[in-house]
Amino acid sequence: MAQVTLRSLVKRFDRTEAVRGIDLDIADTEFVVLVGPSGCGKSTTLRMIAGLEDASAGEILIGGELVNDLPPKDRDIAMVFQNYALYPHMTVFENMSFGLRLKKFPKAEIKERVEQAARILDITELLQRKPRQLSGGQRQRVAMGRAIVRHPKVFLFDEPLSNLDAKLRVQMRTEIKKVHQKVNTTTVYVTHDQVEAMTLADRVVVMNAGRIEQVGPPNELYHSPRTKFVAGFIGSPAMNFIPCRLEESGGGGLTVRVGDGLVLPVPSGRTASYRAHLGKELILGLRPEHITEAHPHAEPGTAEFAVPVDVVEPMGMETMLYFAMSGTQICARVSPETPASPGATVNLLADLRHMHLIDPTTNQVIEVPVASRGNAQPSADATALRRGVG
Amino acid sequence: MAAAVETASHIRAARRGSIRGSRRKALFWSYFFLVLFVVIFLAPPFYMLITSLKSSGEISAQVNPWWVFHPTLENYLGLLTEPNFVTFFRNSAVVSLCVVAISMLISVPAAFALARMKFWGSATLATGVFLTYLIPESLLFIPFFRIFAFLRDITGIEFLNHWWVLIIVYPTLSVPFCTWILISYFASIPKELDEAALIDGAGYIQMLTKIFIPVALPGIIAATIFAFTVAWADFLYPLAFTTSADQLVLPVGIVTTLIKGDVYNWGQIMAGSLICAAPPLIIYAFLMDYYIAGLTAGATKG
Repeated sequence: MAQVTLRSLVKRFDRTEAVRGIDLDIADTEFVVLVGPSGCGKSTTLRMIAGLEDASAGEILIGGELVNDLPPKDRDIAMVFQNYALYPHMTVFENMSFGLRLKKFPKAEIKERVEQAARILDITELLQRKPRQLSGGQRQRVAMGRAIVRHPKVFLFDEPLSNLDAKLRVQMRTEIKKVHQKVNTTTVYVTHDQVEAMTLADRVVVMNAGRIEQVGPPNELYHSPRTKFVAGFIGSPAMNFIPCRLEESGGGGLTVRVGDGLVLPVPSGRTASYRAHLGKELILGLRPEHITEAHPHAEPGTAEFAVPVDVVEPMGMETMLYFAMSGTQICARVSPETPASPGATVNLLADLRHMHLIDPTTNQVIEVPVASRGNAQPSADATALRRGVG
Repeated sequence: MAAAVETASHIRAARRGSIRGSRRKALFWSYFFLVLFVVIFLAPPFYMLITSLKSSGEISAQVNPWWVFHPTLENYLGLLTEPNFVTFFRNSAVVSLCVVAISMLISVPAAFALARMKFWGSATLATGVFLTYLIPESLLFIPFFRIFAFLRDITGIEFLNHWWVLIIVYPTLSVPFCTWILISYFASIPKELDEAALIDGAGYIQMLTKIFIPVALPGIIAATIFAFTVAWADFLYPLAFTTSADQLVLPVGIVTTLIKGDVYNWGQIMAGSLICAAPPLIIYAFLMDYYIAGLTAGATKG
């Protein structure tokens, strides 16, 4: 078990830079997920930690030891691949014990370790099968077993669930989390699926175009994204981005004017931070769950408005409404009881306590003091309560 | 209501009928061409078998050449008791086994290196290997004469008219092709497999022996069959490089010892050719099952 440290890590392929100077400290036993769109450099970063790619510049330390020049086998890491990469001619037992056999471990210990890992993963009865006799989920377990038996310092996962169907993916996600809780090994996990990242990670590293956009616990990324990219990438459906202008209102307050004459009040706690941007064209970021159906007891910091709905998507426990505003499509998340049909006008409520203002010139979210942010828990409860009532 | 149901079932039946009809048409033509090709390809061996069972009197008699009226094994017995023929067979067997061994020892590691160890010029080299195969052997045997003469002058070893010279020249045909087959076979093995082996602590040699050779076994068998066929059936090189009766291999031996001047001993020539064709046939028959089984197992890789 060990911490992993990346210092100014760079990877160049010919003339393109895949990874452009990454600094990251991963603590011992921590579960870190690298997430980002394809081509953002997350897999390359993982492969550099594994030693499958050489770093063009920068340092990689595992357990405080510089490993840049060490081959993969001497880095004491184990990796789980997207397509499992099981040896097709070996049984599950042979697959899992291959690394130990190469290192000439005593037979009794190999057997003990494989059986222990098989118990953790619930694959004991599969040990004598060949990979082709296994289902996708079972193969994934074996691939994890092969990693576990080696008791490595670090686990590396490269999109391990991408080849599984949706239902199995959710199941294996839980499985991976359980395994991590049992074996408690430092883990670096790469995925393009932000839901996987949110559910698994102690900390999420959002990457874009070879750089780290933001590092933080899942909830922090969700509620306080620092850039427009993170705000749009984390969360499903994605955050709504609406062009707006910040204006002065009577009594020292601020408002955001959204294109078609809709004026929304900025909660008082945020005015101090936003005042510097008065009069500028900005982007209002508001998550779908913060645009809900209107209800009689509007709280301060919320604003009601009416719009004609374009598309209604019932999901069962909630309904997504899509409408156009300022030339962009906006998604609202309302209670399934809300009467809505395409073309009909619906009264909605924007909860501006969770608003983000983004400066389009820098694509940075304008920072607000922690105290004045719409705190996650109470308002989420309030939303749930409202839905229950409504 | 009943009428409507009846009409619907009629339509269904008609539709099914048309599918069945087009299938029958496709099957008919498949069988037609399959039978045609079988007849074309099996006619020569059949003719050889028929002729080999005839006495020389019956061969020259004016009777139906496609049937044997007085079958006899005298041609086979004559050949098998002929000491020369046994020598040819032994020479062919030793040469072929050595060529297969040499070809595999060279082309498996070569293909692995060219397919997997990306080094400067590896792609060019791989193409070069294939181009080597495209040079026809009829262009090469004269340069070979020169090389052997040159080597004799330096070392004092006479290369010509020794059966073992074929062990040196056949790999020039078999190695490039085997390497080429194996490069494409190795390239089809997912890259993650060697990366997993690398992380598991395998070196390149272990990766080759423990992962690539077992996984690529069907491809290796295909290459083995090819190398064996080249060494067993080639005619030009042994004709050019060996002359003494005790140095000949089967294909040349049959022709040179059974055709005396303008006298063709057809019965024995046919019997000898059939015996000569038997080993590759047996090897194909045994390995083909395994070969196909291996191919399909590779398709649903783990």
